[in-house]
Amino acid sequence: MTLDLKIDDKADGTLPSPSDDGPIGADTERRDGRDKVTGKARYAAENFPEGLLHGVLKRAPGLGRTRLVNADTVRALPGVRLVLQDDRMVRNAAQGTAGEAPVQGTDHADYVGQPIALVVAEDAETARYAAHMLEVDCEGADFAVALETGETDPDMGEESTTGDPDVAFKDAELLVDQTYSTPSLVSAAMEPHAAVAQWDGDTLTLHASLQMLRYNRAEIADCVGVDESQVRILAPFVGGGFGSKLGISADCVAAALAARALGQPVRVVQSRRHVFEVNTRRSETSQRIRLAAKLDGVLTGIGHDARVSNLPGESFSESVLQGTYFTYAAPNRLLRNNLVRLHRPAAGSVRAPGEAVGVTAFEIAMDELAHEAGVDPVDLRLRNLPETEPGSGKPFSSHRLAECLTRGRDRFGWNETSRQPRQRREGDWWIGSGMAAAVRVNMLMDAEARVRLTDDGRAVVETDMTDIGTGTYTILGQIAAEALGLSPDKVDVRLGDTAFPPGSGSGGSVGAASTGTAVWLACQEIRRQLADQMNCDANDLVLRHGQAICGNVSRDITDMLAGKALSGHGALAPGEALEKVKQATWGAVFAEVMVNDVSGEVRVRRMEGTFAIGRVLNSRTARSQAQGGMVWGLGLALTEGVSHDARDGHMVTRDLAEYHVPVNADVPALDVELLEDRDDWTGPLGAKGVGELGICGSGAAILNAIHNACGVRIRDLPATPDRILLYL
Amino acid sequence: MRPFDFCKPATPENAIEDAVGAPGSAFVGGGTNLLDLMKLGVMAPERLVDVNRLGLNQIEPIENGIEIGAGVTNSDLADDPHIRQLWPLLSRALLAGASVQLRNKATTGGNLLQRTRCPYFQDTDVACNKREPGSGCAALGGELRNHAVLGTSEHCIALHPSDMAVAMRALDADIVICDANGGTKSIALRDFYRLPGDTPHVETALNHGDLITSVRLPAPTGDRQIYRKIRDRASYAFALVSVALVLRMENGQIASAALAFGGLGTMPWRDEAVDTVLIGERPSEALFEKAGETLMSGAELRPGLEFKAGLAKRALKSVLMEATR
Repeated sequence: MTLDLKIDDKADGTLPSPSDDGPIGADTERRDGRDKVTGKARYAAENFPEGLLHGVLKRAPGLGRTRLVNADTVRALPGVRLVLQDDRMVRNAAQGTAGEAPVQGTDHADYVGQPIALVVAEDAETARYAAHMLEVDCEGADFAVALETGETDPDMGEESTTGDPDVAFKDAELLVDQTYSTPSLVSAAMEPHAAVAQWDGDTLTLHASLQMLRYNRAEIADCVGVDESQVRILAPFVGGGFGSKLGISADCVAAALAARALGQPVRVVQSRRHVFEVNTRRSETSQRIRLAAKLDGVLTGIGHDARVSNLPGESFSESVLQGTYFTYAAPNRLLRNNLVRLHRPAAGSVRAPGEAVGVTAFEIAMDELAHEAGVDPVDLRLRNLPETEPGSGKPFSSHRLAECLTRGRDRFGWNETSRQPRQRREGDWWIGSGMAAAVRVNMLMDAEARVRLTDDGRAVVETDMTDIGTGTYTILGQIAAEALGLSPDKVDVRLGDTAFPPGSGSGGSVGAASTGTAVWLACQEIRRQLADQMNCDANDLVLRHGQAICGNVSRDITDMLAGKALSGHGALAPGEALEKVKQATWGAVFAEVMVNDVSGEVRVRRMEGTFAIGRVLNSRTARSQAQGGMVWGLGLALTEGVSHDARDGHMVTRDLAEYHVPVNADVPALDVELLEDRDDWTGPLGAKGVGELGICGSGAAILNAIHNACGVRIRDLPATPDRILLYL
Repeated sequence: MRPFDFCKPATPENAIEDAVGAPGSAFVGGGTNLLDLMKLGVMAPERLVDVNRLGLNQIEPIENGIEIGAGVTNSDLADDPHIRQLWPLLSRALLAGASVQLRNKATTGGNLLQRTRCPYFQDTDVACNKREPGSGCAALGGELRNHAVLGTSEHCIALHPSDMAVAMRALDADIVICDANGGTKSIALRDFYRLPGDTPHVETALNHGDLITSVRLPAPTGDRQIYRKIRDRASYAFALVSVALVLRMENGQIASAALAFGGLGTMPWRDEAVDTVLIGERPSEALFEKAGETLMSGAELRPGLEFKAGLAKRALKSVLMEATR
């Protein structure tokens, strides 16, 4: 039996909500943690079916038409089984939720680094050597590879004008007009993309490292030309994704094709360099931001004019305006984003696509305005908060930004009197503080789950939902435990298998609320069946200590099941709620930094984040998500960036020694407060997303703190020592 | 990677024999650099001679100095009490490099021979005179950041990445080498490295089969020792600029000064003209600025590397102020 819920409106209380003192929300250790740190958790590349062969992708060294020069020679090397060049191989990873093949083909390279062949051998070392020996000729092509020189795609533009922004800018009492740039960024997940493919007749089993299996199954089926029903994907453990594993990538398709051709299972693990090039990066951005304001800092005009890039044929455009639409009110607005077609590696979703770089730039501009106006940055933001969503006039389902700002200000010990730069020095170090607001749109996505209650007093949750390191196993166990009156250790959670009902997948911070709600619904269905047996209303049923209690009647659940399991299915659909309300998560980040006057080096001393994310499902894993986002913000502000060669667009930075994610020594104590919130527009759980919010304001808080410390305004990210030194 | 022989000799003599027996052989210590480059196809030795079992892992005081076995790991060397007491510069430089895991494996001899991090050197799909003599230099005209501004040529601008070797240049280290004829020789570190010129693939004075067995440090010439490394993140990053200083003050004057630099040169950089500017003088900001001008006077600041001049001068001045305070 199934319980389906479409979120068209505010929750009306028909379905029960969780209690405030049950398993949901508790600070609970992640149930897969021990297996992960002891190596027991088996990741995609750790599956070794009988007869496994090893494939290594070969990259195009240049652009244009490609030709394998010595495939026959390489094929003849001892241990080599196949040199595969197949039109069905993919140019780059599929975009999130594509559900169909990305651009395919190997006969020409649209970007340097495109995989154009697979070399399969009996062991990984031979395959790597053979792939190295394979010579590829590229005809060359005169493609645009830089944002400044590429052509705008007229079909991909986004523009929205309200009022008369030109007049607002011209007549402004105060005007900030600056251009900010952010570089290409990558997800740099710890586990590289990897796949083990095995065919049994016409049925493909794929062990892979992927985030959204329901879509991935359709993508791989479309790529290799089989029906979805002939594909099973297993991804019980995923070592980080951050968007780079939303869609299937070259490893999956090449492994499936090679395994089919050879009649043996094939494993393809992307080398770290392939991971950089083949999987979607965050686009570089150029963002001109104009803020017109009255002398008191109240905004009269907002301009946000951005340029982003992607490869031809890609439908994704970094939505840098996403936060700007609804964060601050102004009667006159010009919001515009243009996509430039470039022959750099494909761009796509990377943690908090849109806001991560859009909010960051905008919040620097707000700091510039605060400085111009002589208004405290927190007050400036408070003065410009909208009552309803600007433009549409839709109410917010819940608006907690003011509370995050004031609460964060108090907890941080924000000093409103030291807003002038270069006021505090310790030895060679300038000390300063900065803040920024954080916003991230909130969404739900279709999700299904199945729960079984067995007569041994346990429950099993099954969905193809993935746990990419966020704590999904743990929270789904907590949700089922709460609904069924069990302790969480009595709930088994099985994820990452397309044989299970399709969950939402992990991406866009939708996983916990969407699939969590599906699990909640499935449990409610079980409760309804138990209530029916007891002839009572499900809402009056209490499940506790193995007993089903209704009024004065109490029955042993094991007896009621009589040797059979009860099964419930839950399905969540987003519905029309977001046409009626604007929904988002909210936050404020405060940072204290020190800037070395000699070298321009920046060290973050402390960071404090206050976030309103709906109901907290597990305070420990939610806090970890927020902290992880803050570390990403630190990397965005200070250390991360891919450099592209100006001649052919290739990624010069493509290993973890040179692409600088923050290391432990860079990260100070991160203080997080989660403001409990019940957003009734997300269904009975009242939960929202948390994975992406932390990154959205953190980078700007650090960059604004740098300005407060030493007076240097960094508008081209990241703020490496050489860039700060230019102005010190 | 290409199939290769692997030898595990027990004595330096056997190691040299093994190496000489194959023209494409390479010694391997910790392998922290070589194995990566083999996987990338940048280096493809036909034989690896493992030098971890040659008994070269001692650190011993000698007359007027100390002798460090070539097999001593970076971690052990940084922790050695003699080194920490008398040559703290070296300890600090070591600890500023790489990560704990890498330092536990990396050896003294191997670190001296660490290859450049130039991304074009590490990419076998582009031209590199160092990797493939005569093929050209893709870095010129490319994206430059971790590249050299001193000692470069039109054929190569690859930066030497070591921290340890920078400290050793300031400490006037000697490299002890066993050669194929059974002889032992000692080369001053200043004569050990080669500028790229038109042969950037020749990086040191070593002949094929020469085995570094130890490094000798003379007694330090100064009690003030500083290693200052400036980098893009707080740990596990190569130097944008680093300064190694050994200095002694007498009667308010700089009696001796030895300065070496990382992040600037095609080899661990020492310019004795910088030392000369300082020696015999009273500390002053003007003097330190003059030293910086002297250091950078011959720098080739290609696009993307302009910042190195200012950063080096500021770092040098700051280190000298601290040392003479």
